[in-house]
Amino acid sequence: MNSTPLFDFSVDKENKTVYMVREFNAGLDLVWEAWTTAELLDKWWGPKPMVTKTKVMNFEVGGRRFFAMVSPEGHERWFIQKFTSISPKTNFKTYNTFADENENPELPGSDWDYNFSEQNGITKVSITIFNESRERMERMVEMGAIQGCAMQFENLDELLETLSQK
Amino acid sequence: MRRDIFQAIADPTRRAIITLIALQAMTPNALAEHFDTTRQAVSKHLRILTQCELVKQEHRGREIFYQLEIDKMKEIDKWIEQFRKIWETSFNQLDDLLATIKKQKK
Repeated sequence: MNSTPLFDFSVDKENKTVYMVREFNAGLDLVWEAWTTAELLDKWWGPKPMVTKTKVMNFEVGGRRFFAMVSPEGHERWFIQKFTSISPKTNFKTYNTFADENENPELPGSDWDYNFSEQNGITKVSITIFNESRERMERMVEMGAIQGCAMQFENLDELLETLSQK
Repeated sequence: MRRDIFQAIADPTRRAIITLIALQAMTPNALAEHFDTTRQAVSKHLRILTQCELVKQEHRGREIFYQLEIDKMKEIDKWIEQFRKIWETSFNQLDDLLATIKKQKK
């Protein structure tokens, strides 16, 4: 894709809902695989410089993905995605919660709904995130702030690298 | 009890109050005229909004005017922007991964 890929992001603050739509320059089969297999998820899910480490992955209804976001300093933040519904290559739904390293969930969580569709070799992924409580929405804020910081450090690293090359 | 901005905007009456006082500072009585509820109910909403630090009181003579804290409203937008950036980064990584896999398959 030469142009910037489509990325729509909107938030319904009152209803504690986030919507995201993103197009990927690849067929449905491949995009679906990238979202539903641990090996591929771990290659892209963690926003740099964070990396994702999936410990358990059972992609089936009632199954789960238990994974951590790991910071460059080695700090781990654990999450559970429980698969509540799967329609192959069309849709899947998860119930996401923060967790500790022993897989104890920190309720409440949020409901994620992922839709996949392909047109002319471009696959569109639409995501709806519903937070069941304002506390949970706040936790998302908190995580956003932490990761936002991590990303700023990455930018700083890049800047330092550029400067040192001069 | 701890209050926050999301609780402030969770209620339709409070959202209406925010909209009204965004235009100009108002007294509880003036606000109550816009709603079918009692003056007490409006006061309760104002109390929650004050606890959330979304509105501040200003005493003018014997009357209390309520006005909006614009900066507090901006906090909501700030975290939304961070959340969006995180996903933008991950999605760009997925673009790269998909391109790599496609190349390998060729």
